[in-house]
Amino acid sequence: MEEQKVTTQEWKFTAKDIALKPEGFLPGHRACAGCGPANVLRMVMKATRGPTIVTEATGCMEVVSSIYPYTSWSYPWLHTAFETAAANASGIEAALKVLTKKGKVKQEHIDIIAFAGDGGTYDIGLQALSGAVERGHDFLFILYDNEGYMNTGIQRSGGTPLGAATTTTPAGSVMPGKMQNKKPITDIMVAHDLEYVATATPYYWKDMLQKVRKGLEVEGPAFLHIFAPCPRGWRSEPAKTMEYTKLAVESCVFPVYEVVKGKYELSTPSKLIQLAPQKKIPITEYLKGQGRYRHLFTPQHQHVVDTLQRLTDERWAKLQKKVEQTA
Amino acid sequence: MSSKEKGWREISIAGVSPKSSVGFMTGDWKTYMPIRDLEKCTKCVMCVLYCPEGAIRWRPDLGKIEFDYNFCKGCGICANECPTKAITMKLPEPTEGE
Repeated sequence: MEEQKVTTQEWKFTAKDIALKPEGFLPGHRACAGCGPANVLRMVMKATRGPTIVTEATGCMEVVSSIYPYTSWSYPWLHTAFETAAANASGIEAALKVLTKKGKVKQEHIDIIAFAGDGGTYDIGLQALSGAVERGHDFLFILYDNEGYMNTGIQRSGGTPLGAATTTTPAGSVMPGKMQNKKPITDIMVAHDLEYVATATPYYWKDMLQKVRKGLEVEGPAFLHIFAPCPRGWRSEPAKTMEYTKLAVESCVFPVYEVVKGKYELSTPSKLIQLAPQKKIPITEYLKGQGRYRHLFTPQHQHVVDTLQRLTDERWAKLQKKVEQTA
Repeated sequence: MSSKEKGWREISIAGVSPKSSVGFMTGDWKTYMPIRDLEKCTKCVMCVLYCPEGAIRWRPDLGKIEFDYNFCKGCGICANECPTKAITMKLPEPTEGE
């Protein structure tokens, strides 16, 4: 990639600037049609500010982008096991520190981005992530959350929401899909006292790219949770991938906010809903059309929809309270 | 994969992928293809940003948006998100001999 000076000024850009930026995640990758994570990775790589090293845990995006002899990455990219995205990033950072000291690295600063899916973050990668942020390595961890282990055959993960049917939590006459709710991973990361934690969705791309840049500019670890629908695993229409990320924000299933040094702040799309609560759509608007929730629209499982609505409202109220308390 | 490339026994332990995926055309996956109505298009480049493939490119030197059908998988996100509904998904015209 071309050499760029590291800047700390506020990053201003238009849609056309972003469209013109060279691709970091090249076409020809073998993600399914309408893949949410593929769009997330492509856009995130357009927010880099200079020399960057990417490391990735096993997951959909690692599999589709590196089928031998092809690679979709135009950045230096490293893949190891499922649990080690954050451990890898710590190693890269430590190695760069030593090499800089020895004068073998010419660049002024090299950013490190670690990508992992919800399996590699919520479940398998959590202890490595927790350790890496506790040690305070300077890297940005990006979680692309497609709410399940999609590439191995749509199994449930800690990120799968309540009521979603997966191959390991099938919906039937007894079980209404997954019986537990989504793990509040962002709260777990905030509890690590990180300087920067944020959530974003690719529909609000400007907001997402700004958060990526902020995460890179922070000295020390930063965590970014990005919502990325999977049409294959959600059994939804590929064309509606981006629409679901919008509906998730509007129904407050996935509010977008950032936590800077422990201070909560809602980002514009969610703030608009806070200011005008009548704009908040019922959760059924978001659920309908997704095949994994199809069984919820029967009278037998109506109570699950009610529970989901209640849990979503509770989490939204809790978030608003946190914003108020830390203001 | 041609026979000249190294097999898995010969490559280095870390496994370096030598080729860029730009050489792997995914365009033949699609059923429907996006067709743009040039009169309705305002060149807002939203389709460029929402495409998961990077198959739509903004070319300011030519002042137009280019669809690369070699990579487009026909998911239809661009048609769904276009603010002016300038993109429609259509079955490709059958070519001669088919």
